[in-house]
Amino acid sequence: MSDTAISLAATASGNSCARRIARAWLRSAAWHVAPWLLPTLLLALWTIGSERGWIAPQILPPPARVYDTLVELARSGDLASHTLISVQRVLVGFGIGTLCGFALGAGLGLSRTLEAYVLPSFNAVVQIPVLGWLPFLLLLVGVGEPLKYILIAHAALVPVTLSTLQGFRQAPATLDEVARGYGYSRWQRIVHVVLPAAVPTLATGVRLAFTKAWLALVVVELVASSEGLGYLIVNGRQLFQLDLVMAAVVVVGAIGFVVNHLLDSLEARLRRGRPSAFRE
Amino acid sequence: MRFLSTLRLPRGLNRSAHQGPPPCDCVSPPPRQQRRLAKTFVASRGLLLPVVALALWSIVAALHLVKSGLLVSPLAVLQTGWQQTVSGALLRALSASLAREASGFVIGTVGGLLLGSLLGFSRIARRMVGPSFDTFKQISLFAWIPLISVWFGLGDAAKVVFLSLAALLPVTAHTCDGIHAVPRSYIEVARAFRYSRLQLVAHVILPAALPSIFTGLYLALIYSWLATLGAEYLLVSGSGIGNLLIDGSEQFRMDLVLFGIIVVGLTGWALNALARRAERALFARRPFGAS
Repeated sequence: MSDTAISLAATASGNSCARRIARAWLRSAAWHVAPWLLPTLLLALWTIGSERGWIAPQILPPPARVYDTLVELARSGDLASHTLISVQRVLVGFGIGTLCGFALGAGLGLSRTLEAYVLPSFNAVVQIPVLGWLPFLLLLVGVGEPLKYILIAHAALVPVTLSTLQGFRQAPATLDEVARGYGYSRWQRIVHVVLPAAVPTLATGVRLAFTKAWLALVVVELVASSEGLGYLIVNGRQLFQLDLVMAAVVVVGAIGFVVNHLLDSLEARLRRGRPSAFRE
Repeated sequence: MRFLSTLRLPRGLNRSAHQGPPPCDCVSPPPRQQRRLAKTFVASRGLLLPVVALALWSIVAALHLVKSGLLVSPLAVLQTGWQQTVSGALLRALSASLAREASGFVIGTVGGLLLGSLLGFSRIARRMVGPSFDTFKQISLFAWIPLISVWFGLGDAAKVVFLSLAALLPVTAHTCDGIHAVPRSYIEVARAFRYSRLQLVAHVILPAALPSIFTGLYLALIYSWLATLGAEYLLVSGSGIGNLLIDGSEQFRMDLVLFGIIVVGLTGWALNALARRAERALFARRPFGAS
């Protein structure tokens, strides 16, 4: 009798063990599937809604048509040419803005005198958003490429300048003291103490600058442009081709998403690759 | 560099640390007065650049050095501003813009607080909605305007929807982060004291998450002001400060454009100052130390 009791207990525990493993497996599967639930649900609703005629295609074209439009745009080469123009604008504007921002931020960060003279004016100018400058620049330089470069550069300049200024001010006092003890020159201290300490803040600034630059690009192209992704959106809207609008929005979102992830991983790598003295 | 001046090192090593005026060896005034003097000096140095720019602008405009209808004198901008103010056009535009901004901000903030706390408190909700939300956030906000204009028209409804969206995103993200990032030790202490769930939320999690939530609100205020301008640009109808700018640009009236820019800048500054003051008033009696 005691034997049967033991064997019964053994099978029961074996059963519950298997059940527990199954449950854990299910839970982990649900955990991995969960992020896809919402997009899938929305897509399903969208598809079914447009098939059944709940949603008028003038309001929201069916996903298949958006996809077809996207493929067609890609095949005809229009997508590539518009994307290339947009990317080129962002790269030029972002490059100019980031470089000027580094220079300005470094100047302000290293010299209290310069800061006292320039920072108040800088702060005042920053209060005016990119869109506020648009009509002013439109009158001043016209609708050409310089307008886009200036606005995108301005959008990127502000975060880079502020984060460079902040980054240059946050070198640990102890490290600076050590550097002085070793008789480092001012230049050596900047290169070996101030800059390494500023790297993470700079990286954050650059990432933020890209987000702002991409936003500025879309705005400028929506308002004043005859080519580029933003123009595709406006054009589609004017022709009431919402499939074109959505296709272009998808591309804008995808590029922003990919570049942001790249910059994210770059930032993480920069943080990890620093000398141990500078890690938090 | 503040940390440089705090160091007490031999003079030879410390030479490069001096910036600004050299320290005077004469009888120094009491430190408080000195500080005030230094403060006014710094403030006056900040004024130099704008004053020089304004002077240059006036001189160039007065001497007609540039033959262009676009170069208006500062006086003309002031006159236009006075006209706009007296005729009530400025007040109409500004109040229309600010009313839209306020309604969009309130709707977006309420939605963002609800969604953000749902995401912050529930691990499952965060797992289900979080990635989609992050992806959605990456898409430039302004790219939605054409779609919004199809769905909601060009009027106030579309603008308010857009502004709410602009306010919703930062509030949601920061509320979720703030609640999610409450230190475990706080929660453990509360558990040890047998706090009920409600007590835990009211006395531990919310106060600890408040700074982050406030950052979200602050960003929402700024973003919705940007979005107000953007909405008026891209959904052209009705009145607003953005329409004032567009009108000036279309009529080639630089004075109107410059005046509009000044108004936009001042409004942004005022919103900023308001948020800072609210933040200070709110955190003057915070239970937790700065963390």
